[in-house]
Amino acid sequence: MKQKRRSSSTTIRRNRLVAYTFLLPNIIGFLLFILIPVIASFFMSFTSWNGFGVIEFVGIENYKNLLHDANFRISFINSILFTLISVPVTLFLSILIAIALNRGIRFVKVFRTAVFLPYVTATIAVAAVWQLIFNPTMGPINGTLMKLGIDAPPGWLSSPSWALVSVSVVYIWHSVGYYMILFLAGLQNIPDHLYEAAELDGAGPIAKFFNVTLPSLSPVIFFTMIIGVINSFKVFDLIYVLTGGGPGRSTHVLVYDIYNTAFKQFEYGYASAMAYVLFLLILIFSFIQFKGQKKWVNY
Amino acid sequence: MNIATGTKTEAAIYTPAPKARKISIKQILKYLAIIIVSLMMVLPFVWMLSASLKAESEIFGFPIKWIPETLHWSNYKDVWTKVPFHIYYLNTLKIAVITTILVIINSSLAGYAFAKIKFPESNRLFFIYIATMMIPYQVMMIPQFMLMKELGLVNSHWSLILLGAFNPFGVFLFRQFFISIPDELLEAARIDGLNEFGIYWRIILPLSKPAIATLVIFSFMHSWNDFLGPLIYLTSDHLYTLQLGIQHFITEYNTEYALLMAAAVSAIVPTIIVYFLAQDHFIKGVANTGIKG
Repeated sequence: MKQKRRSSSTTIRRNRLVAYTFLLPNIIGFLLFILIPVIASFFMSFTSWNGFGVIEFVGIENYKNLLHDANFRISFINSILFTLISVPVTLFLSILIAIALNRGIRFVKVFRTAVFLPYVTATIAVAAVWQLIFNPTMGPINGTLMKLGIDAPPGWLSSPSWALVSVSVVYIWHSVGYYMILFLAGLQNIPDHLYEAAELDGAGPIAKFFNVTLPSLSPVIFFTMIIGVINSFKVFDLIYVLTGGGPGRSTHVLVYDIYNTAFKQFEYGYASAMAYVLFLLILIFSFIQFKGQKKWVNY
Repeated sequence: MNIATGTKTEAAIYTPAPKARKISIKQILKYLAIIIVSLMMVLPFVWMLSASLKAESEIFGFPIKWIPETLHWSNYKDVWTKVPFHIYYLNTLKIAVITTILVIINSSLAGYAFAKIKFPESNRLFFIYIATMMIPYQVMMIPQFMLMKELGLVNSHWSLILLGAFNPFGVFLFRQFFISIPDELLEAARIDGLNEFGIYWRIILPLSKPAIATLVIFSFMHSWNDFLGPLIYLTSDHLYTLQLGIQHFITEYNTEYALLMAAAVSAIVPTIIVYFLAQDHFIKGVANTGIKG
């Protein structure tokens, strides 16, 4: 008995040694480049530091200042608005497209490729194209609108009231294919017998959709909502190229402000506080969704 | 979160087209809607390609001429000579290839430890890895930059390579894949006298080609398309990546739209080729893990 226990504890020790040998390269990178920076920026958010000189501890000063920072408030609201516009529309469209492209269609691979194509192309190149497409006087969109008899179409990216919506349009166009793939995988997982049972009960296509498809898809919808929100809070490239945050501050979002505060104004402490507010915002959105899921997600 | 662990075969994701069927109005409407949506997705690319071959004055002509009267291939020549595009290409390729190799090595090793070796902290440690995937990049961006500055790697490709080489997604992907490989196989190899590393190298890795392929594509695409990283770390023109080069092009030559479009086409062609070559792995990867590339 004693012998056996000793051998099991040596097994644990041996396994541990082997495991950490395998983990070593990754753990070093993980600690250095992910875990320690996450913790370090938390502490930095309580300092006023510009990268040089002494690090001065300022308590919750940065967070207090954020509360009164009018520009920060605009970015905060823009980030939330952007998420509230783009996530529901993206998910709604991608569910519809996934259902349409699920079965019973010819050339399905061609259509899926078309929808997925924007997602694999670099946002910078894509943004350059959309900038021209949205050109208020000469672009193809307003060209078409004016041909159709609309004399004063919106200025899109150059109009303070339309800029955020225009960026959302490009974002939705760029990411809809990604969510479509997730929904397609979800649809393929729905067993046929559920539909057969519904048919036996006399359900038509609409009843089948609401009683079989949607409930079976609810875990996927929940998952895509969570990552959809996280991703939309992180939009940077598109805004950088399409509008540069403008006109005025109409497309300034949190990540854009964090970048500018850190790497243009070198206010590392303040930028870290902003980053943690962003993180908190994402946590709150995720928490609300986790709380809400019990009411509608079927596992 | 079924989707994160569920496995799905290629065949199941690509349902073959059904046999000929009666054409109803409903079917026609369905096809019409799908064709319109597909066109909306593809037309910006067509417009981009067509504009890249036009004379400057033709670009905004209305109604849109999809095929230019004369093809101005000189736009491409101009782009590649005005801007050191070949250097941007080589820089991007270098970063993407080295990052991808490092990601595959360290993630598969770590994934093996989490999936196949029983040690007390395994689950807790893996949970920390997963939890960090929720944290936005902005939260670690500043200390990372400080660290790279200390290491003297700012304005060097190595900062981007190192930061790209360690991501929890890779570990997650390999762990999930390795778990599906039966333990009996490993036991048999152990009885045959293979050590842990031998098992990893000779048994597990050869069986994991699909997972490796998926991660290669994702890592490559991610490095290739990355913009914020190069924007923060690279300041010298000769170190620029393609994305940074294009952005540079937008600000420098912002009135030469035809050239800009030629530059944009040049930048996305490689990813589109990679995508077409590895389409199935790519789609399976998204479906299985929910990775955002």
